[in-house]
Amino acid sequence: MKDRTIRVTPPLSEEEVRAMRAGERVSITGVIYTARDAAHKRLVEASQRGEPLPVDLAGQIIYYVGPCPARPGQAIGSAGPTTSGRMDTYAPTLIELGLRAMLGKGLRSPAVVEAMKRHGSVYLAATGGAGALLARQIMRADVIAYPDLGPEAIHRLEVRDFPAIVAIDTLGNDMYAEGKRRYARPQK
Amino acid sequence: MREIHVRSVTEAVRDLCLTANCDLPPDVAAALARAREAEESPLGKQILEELLENAAIARQDRMPMCQDTGVVHVFVELGQDVHLTGGHLKAAIDEGVRQGYEAGYLRKSVVDDPIFRRANTQDNTPAIVYIDIVPGDRLSLAVVPKGTGSENMSGLKLLTPAQGARGIRDFVVEVVDRAGSNPCPPVVVGVGVGGMMDRAALLSKKALLREVGTAHPDPSTAALEREILQAVNDLGIGPAGLGGRITALAVHIETAPTHIGALPVAVNLQCHAARHAERML
Repeated sequence: MKDRTIRVTPPLSEEEVRAMRAGERVSITGVIYTARDAAHKRLVEASQRGEPLPVDLAGQIIYYVGPCPARPGQAIGSAGPTTSGRMDTYAPTLIELGLRAMLGKGLRSPAVVEAMKRHGSVYLAATGGAGALLARQIMRADVIAYPDLGPEAIHRLEVRDFPAIVAIDTLGNDMYAEGKRRYARPQK
Repeated sequence: MREIHVRSVTEAVRDLCLTANCDLPPDVAAALARAREAEESPLGKQILEELLENAAIARQDRMPMCQDTGVVHVFVELGQDVHLTGGHLKAAIDEGVRQGYEAGYLRKSVVDDPIFRRANTQDNTPAIVYIDIVPGDRLSLAVVPKGTGSENMSGLKLLTPAQGARGIRDFVVEVVDRAGSNPCPPVVVGVGVGGMMDRAALLSKKALLREVGTAHPDPSTAALEREILQAVNDLGIGPAGLGGRITALAVHIETAPTHIGALPVAVNLQCHAARHAERML
């Protein structure tokens, strides 16, 4: 079943993400939100103070990206995934608030994977360093919160056929660990 | 004595920022193409294909290959018979960065105070500048925009002389293994050995300037580079860390004399774009 591509449009249901398996391809069409280090810090601090968040995260996908500025006539500049691990401190709080998927690249902490299993959230990977290629799947970008953060502001993105791979599923299966195991050779 | 106006430094840095971010260097493109042929994982092959396609789009559309257009490192070799006129060298370099990052629609990623304020300087300055005084009347500039995906996964260890080549190898493999998918493999592994802590770190970054896949001139050091490359590729991390044979495109070691009691080793990882651009004035 690993060759099938799952087409999704947020908001995602818990059943939908719990059915995904590590290694499967996902194609996203619709609205997703960006956030990276500084925006995560503000979201979590706002949540701890009991304030409403600038975006309702229930069922949504957060894309870990700080895009380049758009040239005139472009929707967005280069926009590939940043290293997800830096968001590990904050991710469990957002998952508890209903975040259904995180889109980034790289390793996650055991605490994040635990939260994903418990609340039904999935970790998707886009190809790191393919920012010019991935920008072609982003049709529109608008800053909707924290504009003072510049590239770290929260953007609302309209994407079409945005490609990703399920890196870690809701059972804790990890494509990074599995892929490495398959190709590792004993060290001499 | 040859006079060089700092204006030409500003212009060169501006152009080099644009080139380094939008044009995959030919040596790196060739290494990625070789990796695509050698990779056994179908997914890994596809990712390498995407990276080459990404580079083609970036070159054609003058878009940065990666949204993390990094902190600009500028390595200057300043001939001692050059007299710079019209201003201060570092200010001229920063002005080039400012102009290049504005003109190229490149992301501004520098914050001022690293601990508390972390406010974006809005123009990607200051650059990190290293100046070597060399013989002659030329001025050479090498520009390396470096992002945090790879930089954050780098490491340094102060080995003892008894740990030797084996200790160096084990530490490099440990750093690459721990980094996993984070630094956007296949990586270029810069290794600095010798000097003291600071020198080793600088050498590990300078090692990234070497043409990808060329060997160290010393045969023993070159053999160690090959041995470490094999060990790293045996980790199975592969393109984008999703499994495969090609975890690193190259291992480059640079060395310097050290203390009788020292063997400092620094490992600076560089992502698959391995951005760099050079010009001689």
